[in-house]
Amino acid sequence: MDIVKKIGFVLLGLFIVLNWGLLMAGIMRKIIARVSMRRGIKIFQPYINLIKNYSIRSQLTHGIMFYLGPVFRLSGGVGIFLFMPMIYGSDIWNNFSFTGDLILIAYFMFFGMLGMALGAGEGGHPYSAIGISRGLAQFTAIELPLTLAILSIAIQYQSLSITEIVAAQQGSILNWTLFTNPLATGAAMISFLGAMGHSPFNVVMAPQENPVGPPTEYHGTFLGVLQTNRAILHVVEAVLYMNLFFGGANNWIELIVKTFFIYFWSVFVGMVFPRFRVDQSIPWLLKLPVLIGVAAIIVFIV
Amino acid sequence: MENLINKLQDMFAVKDVQDSKKNQILLTVKASKVPALLSFLKEFEGFKVLVMISSVDWIEIGKFQLSYIVNDPDKKNDLIIRAFISRKEASMISIHSLWGHASTFQREIKEMYGIDFPGSPRVDEPFLLEGWDDTPPMRRDFDTKKYSEETFFPRPGRESNDPAEYMKKRLYPDEK
Amino acid sequence: MTEELKDNNIEQVEDKFLAPENRKHTVTGPEGEIIHVDPLQDYYCNERPKAEDPRNKIVEKFLNWARAESLWVLGFGTGCGSIEIPPLLSPRFDAYRFGVAMRATPRQSSVIIISGYLAVKTLKRVIRSYEQMQNPKFVIALGSCTINGGMYWDSYNTINRLDYYLPVDVYVAGCMPRPEAILAAFDKLKTRIKEGRAEGANEYVEKFDWYKANQKKVIKNWNMPDYNW
Repeated sequence: MDIVKKIGFVLLGLFIVLNWGLLMAGIMRKIIARVSMRRGIKIFQPYINLIKNYSIRSQLTHGIMFYLGPVFRLSGGVGIFLFMPMIYGSDIWNNFSFTGDLILIAYFMFFGMLGMALGAGEGGHPYSAIGISRGLAQFTAIELPLTLAILSIAIQYQSLSITEIVAAQQGSILNWTLFTNPLATGAAMISFLGAMGHSPFNVVMAPQENPVGPPTEYHGTFLGVLQTNRAILHVVEAVLYMNLFFGGANNWIELIVKTFFIYFWSVFVGMVFPRFRVDQSIPWLLKLPVLIGVAAIIVFIV
Repeated sequence: MENLINKLQDMFAVKDVQDSKKNQILLTVKASKVPALLSFLKEFEGFKVLVMISSVDWIEIGKFQLSYIVNDPDKKNDLIIRAFISRKEASMISIHSLWGHASTFQREIKEMYGIDFPGSPRVDEPFLLEGWDDTPPMRRDFDTKKYSEETFFPRPGRESNDPAEYMKKRLYPDEK
Repeated sequence: MTEELKDNNIEQVEDKFLAPENRKHTVTGPEGEIIHVDPLQDYYCNERPKAEDPRNKIVEKFLNWARAESLWVLGFGTGCGSIEIPPLLSPRFDAYRFGVAMRATPRQSSVIIISGYLAVKTLKRVIRSYEQMQNPKFVIALGSCTINGGMYWDSYNTINRLDYYLPVDVYVAGCMPRPEAILAAFDKLKTRIKEGRAEGANEYVEKFDWYKANQKKVIKNWNMPDYNW
């Protein structure tokens, strides 16, 4: 297959994912507003915010790493996208996925956070450092159940290729990992709550908190890049969960519907439960979800 | 309260005892006896809480009045202890060793009235007015209106009236 | 030894308003080398601000529309009026539907609401926050106190006219204006931005010396750089 054509389709896919991410963010904010009896933002507000942030006239920097922080973050999001098969059975939309891409994606998920940590650290704002250390600590705790779930799936399907894992779930709804391996799904879905940045695990990013979390010093284009990445990351992570646990997607419509409901799961929980503090959320994540994850592995080893 | 007042009159020669309202008594004492009186009230009579220290500028008689309000949380009684000090060398004994938070009140009074409390912690640091270099603003010989007009660029076109005169003219236009 | 003491004394007289950590001092490095630190020079930027000209007309019109529809407000209450801001985001008034959101950091916000009377001590913090905001930035002044001093017009510690210290875009009269009035102010600000008249940041740069002179007249313990972004 022609590599130029391939790159063209990857860029097109990235464009679709970005737009769906922004639109989905708007829809979710609208849903949250309606639940709390407000009319809420316009659905296209994320687009306007993005344009506004890219059009800030004056910007200042604190050094090289401050520039690279958002770039690392964006490359984390785009990196996951590049190696993620979006549509099952399609040559064009499976991007650059290859055998063993699951490990690479799990790595990329942490990569962005680390870049942010370095960048925000150079921002010089004392609260950035507090925010980033809280964020990294919580994100480590969030990653743990997901990693256990991924190991469990790898043992179950004897494969680290997402395409093969999706292929194994085809045929019937009962072939989904959701039904064949409910323990791993449970652990991963709890971890998903944290990854999406909604309550109860959003204290590190909450604007009401004294630091706005790590991006306290980021403004203008830097913040625009972070927002772009956020939109991409939300969709791509939902796609990862869809591929691993909910049977993948055969076309874009199915992908949009499934990612919507997967993302909605975190919004739903977020609307019902109040926030954890960081010192509450980390012990909580390290108890029940990790136990479920360990159980999911033991079931398949024994 | 009656017993207490009699005792205080014996021990500290308090005068001008008035009932200002229920469970609240005003009394006046010599400035040098304030710390002894307050520590007696705190240690023996249960007035454990220092509610506030405030100050009044009696420019006509050339004196500052300091009011110490103490409260007995068990019997729900208040005592207001007034002491007069000279306006010229305005200085008062600090009571920060009785109540730690008294130093904050004293810092504020130092800044607003220029009454010194030697030995009170951080009493010379600015409290509300950073870098104030004029007469302390709550002294009555400080003309706040003049200061404001000189400093803060008043917007022209503003009219102001003496409230008493203005309301008299509005409500009773016929009376002279 | 005496020379050194004398020097120190002179410095302390000059920097009598500086916080201890902002005075010139020396730090010993890990290998025993001595580093001289002048925090005002090293930790802040002393450069004058620059005016940022608008781009060409059509692009700027589109960008102004985006700026108007996405107003991020700095969560900074200065006076009694700040109690009118929380209801603005509650279900009853719901400013989110107009694209208004609160941000906790001046870097990301484009609007600062001066809510009510402004004491000199607060003015200093307001100036620092305002200067840390990035270029298209707007000021909404709430209440009579910011217009002519209001009921604090003869106070020794409250400024009378805000427009002598910061370029104001929209004034809201009243004591206190209700949240509806603030929504109307946002509406007014939006039309101003869309018409391209809300160039407060550039105005501040052009009349920088005048603003600084006014600010330094009231803030007597000026212990920060002239422009601290």
